Amino acid sequence: MQAIQLQWIDYTILVAYVAFVIGIGWALSRYMKTSADFLTSARSIPTWVTGLAFISANLGALELVGMAASGAKYGISTAHFYWVGAIPAMIFLAVFMMPFYYGSKARSVPEYLKMRFDERVRALNSFAFAVMTIFASGISMNALAKLLHALLGWDYNFALFVSSGVVLLYVLKGGLTSAIYTEVLQFFMIVLGFAPVVYLGLKDVGGWHSMNSALQTVATNPAAIYLKDAGTTYAPNAWTSAWQPVLAGPTHNPMGVDWFAMIFGLGFVLSFGYWCTNFLVVQRAMAAKNMTAARNTPLVAAVPKMFFPFLVIVPGMIAAALTTLPDKGYRIPPPVIAQANYDKAIADVKSGNAGNIAADLGKKVDAEKITSLIAANTASKLSDTQIEQGLYNSVAENDYDGVILSLVKKYCPAGLLGLALTALLASFMSGMAGNVTAFNTVFTYDIYQAYFAKGKSDAHYMWVGKVITVVGILLSIGAAYFASMYNNCMDIIQLVFGFVNAPLFATFLLGMFWKRTTATGAFLGLFCGIGSSALFHALTIAQGNTPGIKGGYLTVVSTFPSEMAQNFWLAAFAFIACFTLTLVISLATSRTKSDTDLKGLVYSLTPKIVDNNSPIYQRPAVVGVVLLIVCILLNWYFW
Amino acid sequence: MGLDIRWPIGLMFTLIGALLAVFGLAKGAESVSLGININLIWGAVLLVFGVLMLLGAIKGGKTPPSA
Repeated sequence: MQAIQLQWIDYTILVAYVAFVIGIGWALSRYMKTSADFLTSARSIPTWVTGLAFISANLGALELVGMAASGAKYGISTAHFYWVGAIPAMIFLAVFMMPFYYGSKARSVPEYLKMRFDERVRALNSFAFAVMTIFASGISMNALAKLLHALLGWDYNFALFVSSGVVLLYVLKGGLTSAIYTEVLQFFMIVLGFAPVVYLGLKDVGGWHSMNSALQTVATNPAAIYLKDAGTTYAPNAWTSAWQPVLAGPTHNPMGVDWFAMIFGLGFVLSFGYWCTNFLVVQRAMAAKNMTAARNTPLVAAVPKMFFPFLVIVPGMIAAALTTLPDKGYRIPPPVIAQANYDKAIADVKSGNAGNIAADLGKKVDAEKITSLIAANTASKLSDTQIEQGLYNSVAENDYDGVILSLVKKYCPAGLLGLALTALLASFMSGMAGNVTAFNTVFTYDIYQAYFAKGKSDAHYMWVGKVITVVGILLSIGAAYFASMYNNCMDIIQLVFGFVNAPLFATFLLGMFWKRTTATGAFLGLFCGIGSSALFHALTIAQGNTPGIKGGYLTVVSTFPSEMAQNFWLAAFAFIACFTLTLVISLATSRTKSDTDLKGLVYSLTPKIVDNNSPIYQRPAVVGVVLLIVCILLNWYFW
Repeated sequence: MGLDIRWPIGLMFTLIGALLAVFGLAKGAESVSLGININLIWGAVLLVFGVLMLLGAIKGGKTPPSA
């Protein structure tokens, strides 16, 4: 893809946005008096703000880039990451789990684990979490830098350092509050920045129904637009129905997953493991000003989350549909190829060496298209630009991560382009800031204060919190370089979450709802759960992957139809391992905490919250049920 | 925290919306996508959103940050 030239108006919008986020940090810096102000917002923020921040912290690189990529690759089934993989868990968090997180006065999720179990469980969780946030942040930054490089021609390193510099500046000034406030700003920026792109895309493809009929062509022959290997074919509704292709079995849907992996692996284990135990999101709810506000935070977040597929997945579906319509002059972008390679290939087109072109470009090519390109050039001399365009269209590989940008480039004139680009930047920054603020809290309170320097002054911890913010960003930059080795960011993120989060939910489920769970049971269960994820990954592989890189390091015992199926099954396996072990070991060991110790930490020992005093629309259970019904209706509509 | 987030959100979108709409009016030819002046239309949408946020902040009664 050729670099886009931005005009002054685009830069003005970009600069205005950056100025506002830094300004928010500045305005808040005078409220940062204690480490609690800096790291936990001292529980002071209204619900709608924490709710939108909750969703925005999660709305990182994954959402806009990864979801559009998956929308093109898998169609509407990608929405399961929302309707199955998020909404039920968010409602569960609000109704059942928030009372313990907020009521226990823990400052972080690992601290809750220390209160409920002991230091060992906290240590394990806080270290695993710290590593994971750094990776998540690095992956997001890598994606951003790659995009800015592809889109604007900025240097990868420059993009990486400038964008993390902005985040560093406002997080360092205003701490968690600053991250939360800017996340709300970012939320609106993302929604308002991308909505016109979706609208224009849909208008161009001829509306929802035309898009669906084009996607039926895609489903019957996905190889035509290089989505799958030649010969693969699905039922016409494989891209446009959410459930029927999944229920039909792994060979009948482009994700290659079965319903059990989808519902148990994604919908239960991965989803609850992420939304209910990941401090990155839970931290936003814990910053709310009171218990009702904290419980309503995930519910406020669930409303936009439910409708995000139309903002983030539909662009991918539009891209796949447009690619099948020749008069639109669009294709899902191929991987970025250096100009020097194009030049070599152009020379070979001119001299008719069809056989060399794949090697020139370093990519698979569509032999038929190359033959007709050479024929066209022989018949009437084409210009270099025309030949290059022909070569671009002949590359038989897709760079799905480039989908969203290619649409922005296609539809946005100067001005709107700046807005969409700023929205993209906002999504990366919110993801990065979310990770960094979760990392600095866990590191300061659960690692540094717990194990290295107990009983220091609050000013000391505030200083450490700030230093750790800087260290966290530096480590993320390191992780970004690591992440640059992988192609589709979604898969690797799911993998990391699978290792760490999948077993964790079993620990919480047993810990919160069964008072007999012992610290030793929880610790060994969790430890072996994480170990079993790694073992599972070492013994399995997805079809088409070479053993050693993405699984199968030891030997290949089982092969899955897709990486996604492998990840879902890994999660399911790790959860069952952790659950069973925790259960068995708890029964075999004796309790170290009495019922009184566990009051406020375990369901059966905590007085139930009576919310008869609040208006009906503020009662988490009522709102939760309504949201669940809407979510089921969405699933039913896209059946 | 003493800062009402509606102030910065309102100010930013009012500013960007106005800018985009004016750009759309002044440079109509460069602002068209699929036959509509998207900068003008979307700038107006952002402007309305920004003003609504500002009104909310004013009604909420908190002063803008003095810093």
